[in-house]
Amino acid sequence: MTALTQSQFYQQLKRYYSFYTGGFIGFVILLAILEQMGLPAAWIGYIFLAATIALYAGIGIMSKTADVSEYYVAGRRVPALFNGMATGADWMSAASFIGMAGTLYLTGYDGLAFVMGWTGGYVLVALFLAPYLRKFGQFTIPDFLGARYGGNLPRTIGVIAAIICSFVYVVAQIYGVGLITARLTGIEFAIGVYVGLAGILVCSFLGGMRAVTWTQVAQYIILIIAYMVPVVWLSVSIAHNPVPQLAYGQVLQQVTAKEKELNDPNTVLGAAEASVRAIHKEKAAEWGEKLKALEAAVAAGQGQAFWAEQRAKVEQKLADAKAASPVDAKAVAALEKELKDFPPNIDKLKAKWKAAESGAKAKAGPVPAHAEAFAGKGKTEEEKQKDSDTKRLNFITLVLCLMVGTASLPHILMRYYTTPSVREARKSVFWSLFFIFLLYFTAPALAVLVKYEVYHHLVGTSFAALPAWVANWSAVDATLMKVVDMNKDGLIQLAEITLGGDLIVLATPEIAGLPYVVSGMVAAGGLAAALSTADGLLLTIANALSHDVYYKMIDPKASTVRRLAVSKGLLLVVAIVAAYTASLKPGDILFLVGAAFSLAASAFFPALVLGVFWKRANYAGAVAGMIVGLGVCMYYMFTTYEFFGGSAANEWFGIKPISGGVFGMPAGFLTMFIVSLLTKAPAKEIQDLVDHVRYPSLEGDIDTKAA
Amino acid sequence: MQLTEKHREYWRRNLKLTGILLAIWFVVTFVVIWFARDLNQIVIAGFPFAFYMGAQGALIIYVLIIWYYARRMNELDQEYGVHEEGE
Repeated sequence: MTALTQSQFYQQLKRYYSFYTGGFIGFVILLAILEQMGLPAAWIGYIFLAATIALYAGIGIMSKTADVSEYYVAGRRVPALFNGMATGADWMSAASFIGMAGTLYLTGYDGLAFVMGWTGGYVLVALFLAPYLRKFGQFTIPDFLGARYGGNLPRTIGVIAAIICSFVYVVAQIYGVGLITARLTGIEFAIGVYVGLAGILVCSFLGGMRAVTWTQVAQYIILIIAYMVPVVWLSVSIAHNPVPQLAYGQVLQQVTAKEKELNDPNTVLGAAEASVRAIHKEKAAEWGEKLKALEAAVAAGQGQAFWAEQRAKVEQKLADAKAASPVDAKAVAALEKELKDFPPNIDKLKAKWKAAESGAKAKAGPVPAHAEAFAGKGKTEEEKQKDSDTKRLNFITLVLCLMVGTASLPHILMRYYTTPSVREARKSVFWSLFFIFLLYFTAPALAVLVKYEVYHHLVGTSFAALPAWVANWSAVDATLMKVVDMNKDGLIQLAEITLGGDLIVLATPEIAGLPYVVSGMVAAGGLAAALSTADGLLLTIANALSHDVYYKMIDPKASTVRRLAVSKGLLLVVAIVAAYTASLKPGDILFLVGAAFSLAASAFFPALVLGVFWKRANYAGAVAGMIVGLGVCMYYMFTTYEFFGGSAANEWFGIKPISGGVFGMPAGFLTMFIVSLLTKAPAKEIQDLVDHVRYPSLEGDIDTKAA
Repeated sequence: MQLTEKHREYWRRNLKLTGILLAIWFVVTFVVIWFARDLNQIVIAGFPFAFYMGAQGALIIYVLIIWYYARRMNELDQEYGVHEEGE
């Protein structure tokens, strides 16, 4: 293929991927026909899993390479459009694909922080980083820090920060892969993790960046089709308009009107809601009493005894249920599960009860309007205003951290090394955001459409005639969908529905009345999203270790064969460690992913941006800035987040730990300014390097390109 | 390597463009969020304005900012003779 010119290569790629897209659509249609002829749903799940992973493996094997530049940066000839698609898949994780619409459903306007944060960051990538990194033209982000600031220390800090950020993120992705595989095929989660791992490795192991790039393009095509088809269908059936992004304005108005009705006890629906809310209020009070007893026991030093007593109560209930005649098998099973899931210590028990209390409290209150910004809670107007202002501050800081974090995550920045030129790198950021935008501006529409469906076709219906999708999903997983007739009126009230965020995307095909094959396609799309992100992250970690640590610091004379062997070996090790961590089901994984953005923003952003825009920035400034930035951010998280033993009482201005970067980043910038100015200006060669990255082409220019 | 006045002008124009686009980014993001409660009183085609901006409007503007930057900078490269050789 090396004989092709860039434009021939581009034409060839377009042809390949058009065939591929057509092939994928044909494959789905074929499965749809087979389904009509009686192919069971489980088979469709297996076929989707096997076919897509085999496809990625095929691309991975076809792209195997022994060339360093191909392995690390896909030979630097990925056209802007395709690099954009690959970045889109690299960027959109399981959380974006499955979780985003659910978050928006549950939190309305306040969830838009993620939509804005995860797209607006690309403006920073385009304006401050992508073209300059491309001109610099080496292999990793620590490479840039090492060259710009000189010496191994900035590179080492870069490597450590890159590994911290990417590792928690990759664990979350493998976790997502395990969940989807388990759901698609019915195998156990822990096995699903390793099946998923195999899927990830076949893409990246043989061909490095080159294989990852071409599978990511393929994965993007699958994930965007899988996301769009059900939403468009739902939009046609609800709003009679095939463009959901335009149609949902009208739907939103109907949703808002319904919210008003449900909150008004003078209407029939509102009165029914009020009766359920009263029950929730009682429950919340009960939990409050129990929590008081628990806290009193802990204060008296009797925490352990209290915990044992609570556990004994459940054991007693189970024994009673088993001894009863006739035995109620369902009740026994439920109690057995309760005992198995019983919190292992008093702290966990307290957390569980607290969650139950706040859940009941939330349902005891009126439904907040979907589009309302920062709905404040409190008894007086003043309290409400204050709560609302704190929410606004948290929204703004979260958006800022997510944006700057986006522009600092090494697995994304690395992608802009793969374009053929600075010119293409700039265009490529545009394509990246365009392809990401397609999904992100659809998610809010989907959330509103599903809300309409729930408010209009679920609330008020009889428990005897549940819609099929509600019955199915509540049987599959009670954390995703649960309806309980609390006030015993035989009808569903909104406050009787418990709905998990992930349900929204997964159940949309069924809500829209589409055949099972579309559900299979959606799951395959989620898998593609998780796999593609995991690939990019694993490669980032393995490259940081093999290229920056091994080649640049330990053995700069290593042969090409040896470098690639070390890189592949490390990739395997990192993948297995990550999969093992994921199989332990770490509870706070979502927080950790959010934290990765704040950490990346604090560690990298000041050093990267000032490296290009301020010639005076030097070695000492960068080292101090990165350490202080990362340090402040970590300190804030440790003192405010319960998982690390911190407490919300330590928060500054009520800002949540996830937005710790809002302190780390300015601290990093400030430190870098001060320390740089107090120490010697960087050498002439370094200043020449800065000019080199600023101009796409200069006469008599130095050359920093890596082979 | 010696930079000419022309080179410096290229860099100044780049900084100016970057600054203007960053200001637009800032306004559509942070200023709109700050006044979201009030802006939501304005309803266009069913969308409260701040909600619309967060869900769609700001995103479209981000895409346009990046598109314009790429186009303008690629033009400036040609104009100041710092464009890359070849394709």
